[in-house]
Amino acid sequence: MTALTKISIWSMIRHVLLIAGAIVMLLPFVWMISTASKPPSEVFSSELHLIPRHFALWENLQMAFAKANLWRFLLNGVIVTVSIFVLQVLVALPAAYALAKLRFIGRNALFALVLFGILIPPQATAIPVFLLLHRLGVLDGYAALVLPFTISVFGIFLMRQFFRNVPDDLIDAARMDGISEFGIVWRVMLPAAIPAVTAFGIFSVVAHWNDYFWPLIVLNSEHLRTPPLAVAHFRNAEAGTNYGALMAAAMVIIAPLLVAFLLAQRRFVEGIALTGIK
Amino acid sequence: MARIELKGIRKSFDATEVLGGVDLTIENGEFLSLVGPSGCGKSTLLRVIAGLEPQSAGEVTIDGSVVDGIRPSARNLAMVFQSYALYPHLSAFDNMAVPLRMRRLSTIERLPLLGTILPSRRREERTIRADIEKIAAQLEISHLLQRKPAQLSGGQRQRVAVGRAMVRQPVAFLFDEPLSNLDAKLRVHMRAELAELHRSLRSTFIYVTHDQAEAMTMSSRLAVMIAGELVQVGRPAEIYDNPRDARVAEFVGSPKINMMPGRIRDDGRIEVFGHVLRLTSSQPSGNCRIGIRPERIELGGGPFSGAVVHVENMGAEAFVHLGLNGADARLVARVNDVRRLPDIGSHLSFNFAADAVRAFNSAGKRIDVTAEQAERIRERAIV
Repeated sequence: MTALTKISIWSMIRHVLLIAGAIVMLLPFVWMISTASKPPSEVFSSELHLIPRHFALWENLQMAFAKANLWRFLLNGVIVTVSIFVLQVLVALPAAYALAKLRFIGRNALFALVLFGILIPPQATAIPVFLLLHRLGVLDGYAALVLPFTISVFGIFLMRQFFRNVPDDLIDAARMDGISEFGIVWRVMLPAAIPAVTAFGIFSVVAHWNDYFWPLIVLNSEHLRTPPLAVAHFRNAEAGTNYGALMAAAMVIIAPLLVAFLLAQRRFVEGIALTGIK
Repeated sequence: MARIELKGIRKSFDATEVLGGVDLTIENGEFLSLVGPSGCGKSTLLRVIAGLEPQSAGEVTIDGSVVDGIRPSARNLAMVFQSYALYPHLSAFDNMAVPLRMRRLSTIERLPLLGTILPSRRREERTIRADIEKIAAQLEISHLLQRKPAQLSGGQRQRVAVGRAMVRQPVAFLFDEPLSNLDAKLRVHMRAELAELHRSLRSTFIYVTHDQAEAMTMSSRLAVMIAGELVQVGRPAEIYDNPRDARVAEFVGSPKINMMPGRIRDDGRIEVFGHVLRLTSSQPSGNCRIGIRPERIELGGGPFSGAVVHVENMGAEAFVHLGLNGADARLVARVNDVRRLPDIGSHLSFNFAADAVRAFNSAGKRIDVTAEQAERIRERAIV
């Protein structure tokens, strides 16, 4: 009986902590949806209420799409994140295969460099990369948004961990069958690694879809803006920020990510579990 | 169909030597088993033959031409792996088609979308399908061709793996412990099937196993490897009956051969447990070891005696374990009549024929012994 009460007390504490955490995580989203549904008069009212008295979500959405070319920004986001992800996979898979399955001198040193690369924040190299892109003359274009992220050390690391679990016999069988080393990467390792590639895809797409820092630095032209810059567009010091439309735009740019995650959720969790990164 | 020659094959990983100079010729159409305890280097030797692992020194020759440095697929050998190594994302049919597609289709024809619309690809695909269906019928897996490996049982996966090896019509088949992952009953069944397959294909088979029973029952020749060396090569019966090394004698045969401490006396006669045998050796006097197979020990009468410590009744036969007085050594004797088994704890006397004795010197090498023929000595005495 005492054991049972102990368990229930412990589980109660646990749940209270978890609920508190969930509230902290979810409140900004709730507030976003709430603000997006309020007319301007309610947004600036001094009293605090979550449920708007006058439901103005549709008006705010219309305003958001009217004030900015949201479709174009969403398309920019898709072009940039998909290009980054495809190029990252093209680089990371062969590199991870070599680090996981080929024997060569200096392999461990190279892998240590990869791990070291994970530790360097992108902001630290921002200025040299910016200058490099300036010299190449590709600033203010898709290339400037994509090129710096084509080599993902995190992707190499994640795929390498996954490839280590692929049995050596399978690779030897492929070699006996006459598949080349690059052929092994695309025909044998990639199909086996779909869960890990999906997991990496979610990480990569979320990170670059939401990236505010880098596009802000390299872009000038309005038509190239990525979704987070589009939201910033609604902040206007002179005419006052239209928070309702801003929050509505934020909802619009988050929606594709939510849909993608829900579709890939199961694979994503599988991939994370298989690579041992929890 | 190939004759494979190995000359002075050495292989070391960093500082550890795995293969220490292996010379072996595998004749055309032969079923040769590489057998030995785990870690003896037999799998490494097979991988050297396949070309998956470069040797540190020595030469591999297939049908008279040296294949060192030639890619595994270009050696035209097929390999069946212990884990079957089927591609998990492909159906059984596609698994078997991979080696054929890699060989018969050009790079352009293999392209995922563009390739499929080329007329030459369609022509090739038709012959590939015909070849696979023929092999599948032979292995009785025609009804499984559309399944993925995960939907197949162990034995079925085994057959698909063998089929994938067969479709390319290799000059030789390499097997790396292919039956180890099967349950005991299926293993015995597959043993017979593989031996039959060898007889019908008349191709060269090189078969790696740590299971001496598999090697004994299937192969035309046995190569026993211990610690990176080929210790003895010969027909199964010859290896069983005439081991040249104590380690070979102990590895081959189940239950294990009985090894007893003995001594070569100054007059050349061999003494065991204080009893002088009618055997002489030309070797210098000193300690030696006497090996006698369990079936050669005759219970009930004789100069030796021991206490029964354990009896294993297998149904058709039984094994009696004897603890010998005044020695740690245990001895196993086979009893053919299971209806008359001794009680545990009872004392038994036993004997063995002089020609059942295999003697080894202290280094484990076989010593030749000659039986004294009592009659002849008596005759000489009369004359």
